Amino acid sequence: MGKIRETAKVISQEMLVKDIYSMWIETDIAKGSVPGQFISVYTKSEARLLPRPISICEIREDALRIVYRIAGAGTREFSTYKAGDSIDILGPLGNGFPVSEADNSRPVLIGGGIGIPPMLELAKQLKGDKTIVVGYRDADMFLDKELEKYGRLIIATDDGSVGTKGNVMDAMAKQDISGSVIYACGPAPMLRGVKAFSEEKGIEAYISMEERMACGVGACLGCVCRTKDTDDHSKVRNARVCKDGPVFKASDIDL
Amino acid sequence: METVDNKYDLSVNIAGVTFKNPVMEGSGTFGSGMEYSEFVDLNRLGAVVTKGVANVPWPGNPTPRVCEVYGGMLNAIGLQNPGIDTFIERDLEFLKNYDTRVIVNVCGKTVEDYLEVVERLSDEAVDMLEINVSCPNVKEGAIAFGQKADALYDITSRIKKTAKQPVIMKLSPNVTDITEMARAAEAAGADALSLINTITAMKIDINRRAFALANKTGGLSGPAIKPVAVRMVYQTAQAVKIPIIGMGGIANAEDALEFIMAGASAVAVGAMNFHDPYTTVRVIDGLRDYMEKNHVGDIKELIGCVK
Ligand SMILES: Cc1cc2nc3c(=O)[nH]c(=O)nc-3n(C[C@H](O)[C@H](O)[C@H](O)COP(=O)(O)OP(=O)(O)OC[C@H]3O[C@@H](n4cnc5c(N)ncnc54)[C@H](O)[C@@H]3O)c2cc1C
Ligand SMILES: Cc1cc2nc3c(=O)[nH]c(=O)nc-3n(C[C@H](O)[C@H](O)[C@H](O)COP(=O)(O)O)c2cc1C
Ligand code: FES
Repeated sequence: MGKIRETAKVISQEMLVKDIYSMWIETDIAKGSVPGQFISVYTKSEARLLPRPISICEIREDALRIVYRIAGAGTREFSTYKAGDSIDILGPLGNGFPVSEADNSRPVLIGGGIGIPPMLELAKQLKGDKTIVVGYRDADMFLDKELEKYGRLIIATDDGSVGTKGNVMDAMAKQDISGSVIYACGPAPMLRGVKAFSEEKGIEAYISMEERMACGVGACLGCVCRTKDTDDHSKVRNARVCKDGPVFKASDIDL
Repeated sequence: METVDNKYDLSVNIAGVTFKNPVMEGSGTFGSGMEYSEFVDLNRLGAVVTKGVANVPWPGNPTPRVCEVYGGMLNAIGLQNPGIDTFIERDLEFLKNYDTRVIVNVCGKTVEDYLEVVERLSDEAVDMLEINVSCPNVKEGAIAFGQKADALYDITSRIKKTAKQPVIMKLSPNVTDITEMARAAEAAGADALSLINTITAMKIDINRRAFALANKTGGLSGPAIKPVAVRMVYQTAQAVKIPIIGMGGIANAEDALEFIMAGASAVAVGAMNFHDPYTTVRVIDGLRDYMEKNHVGDIKELIGCVK
């Protein structure tokens, strides 16, 4: 199914912890969505032209869930929406995580901060013996209780208030985590750590990249990331995060 | 479906090329239409204007390449493109499936680069060429040709000698007097002009204490630039006889009509495609509604009607 731009309806909205919100949206986009994809969310102000890319956190037959942090004016506006309000969205966008191609006997899912949300639907859809490693700033954790249901949950916090003190890679090292494949989403330094780890251990890693976007659909070339080899679409070493990604094999990306 | 509308004629003619309506999209905001064809029936557009293409692949600038500003955005893509070979094989092949005009936007670092692309396109299914001498985001060439009247005259006349299709020169707003540039292009034989390209601008991220764009500066586009663009289209229309394609912040039919009344024979939608992928077709429908409401049988009556 193709992409849809629609004015959808907010089903529910709740604050999970300070500045982190969870919203369920009734939308036809849900039907074609897979974990790791994202949607473009538009603010109601024409002065804010560009869509905000937000990952799909959970998928139901006719609804999607997003979990997002207030980062500026756009996400602040979204946080004021109530059940029944309209929300302008476009999706599903990007490729998503490959749930069927990889050896998913012992997958490791890694989420850092606001990179955690896409891990929830992925954890639900993956079959094997799952380890889920998540990193937060402090004890203000979100989605941890829900993730726990789908595998062994390992927690790291920057301030050491819960789990290992440090980041997800520190927790991985401390607990000597390994697996058959890695899926990761989070800030660039974390993804760099994941890439190095996967190369050292010889485990395939799929990482979800973040970049500033304008169109969100692959037309403007605003959101490129550097690839190891010449990319087939661009004919230079640039892949579009919004269209060719956001999920890439770590070994294909220059980080 | 675009039925032949006998009562309201939206067609326009630019340098001998007839367009079913005066609405196209701005180069670089629509790729070659592939991605947006999931939303918009490309057959409905007056033309598809492709992203700038050079003789060889260009990697473009480092990221971040885009950021938002009030009522607009900055971009410093740096004319990333796959080069003319891939463009002909892939993008022009794709566009053959559609009943719309094809305008290819051409960029280069030297006059020879431009000429090579223009020559390669001479036997291809291309209706017009749009020469980008106004991109503010690449260091060499490009904008230098668009900011000095004698350099613009020179490149325009050399391209005209080589080109098999009518030539549109795309003008930069980053000049003291747009009419001087317009006259130089016209004198050198340009068949049409398009304006405006983006306005050089800057945004600073106060939290990172750094430039928002890796390139430091970028081109401003979107509704924020519309009044500047309308003024420049008007001034240019007073200064030259060749037709003008107007653009800069068009979001709806009302905006498009301002450009048309100021003297544009056609209009292009750029950054607003990012806000709503259906902007082009909304503009087309809105133009027709305006004509019906105001008993305008032929859109050509409106071109330059405000003097
Ligand atoms: C593929 C992808 C998935 C994402 N998923 C999530 C998610 O699930 N939950 C979540 O909280 N955040 C997510 N983000 C980050 C989110 O897009 C930004 O936090 C959001 O755009 C900020 O908008 P704003 O108006 O609140 O902030 P402002 O700073 O006011 O935004 C200004 C402009 O910058 C852009 N921008 C700002 N920060 C970012 C950023 N980090 N990444 C990309 N663009 C940015 C905005 O889209 C907007 O165009 C994701 C980003 C990407 C690229
Ligand atoms: C992301 C982006 C890429 C662009 N790329 C090109 C290009 O390759 N060639 C060109 O002539 N103009 C390019 N432009 C300029 C637009 O075609 C247009 O002239 C300008 O953005 C003003 O119109 P707008 O305000 O409707 O966007 C680009 C603009 C944007 C926003
Ligand atoms: S945001 Fe336009 S290509 Fe990715």
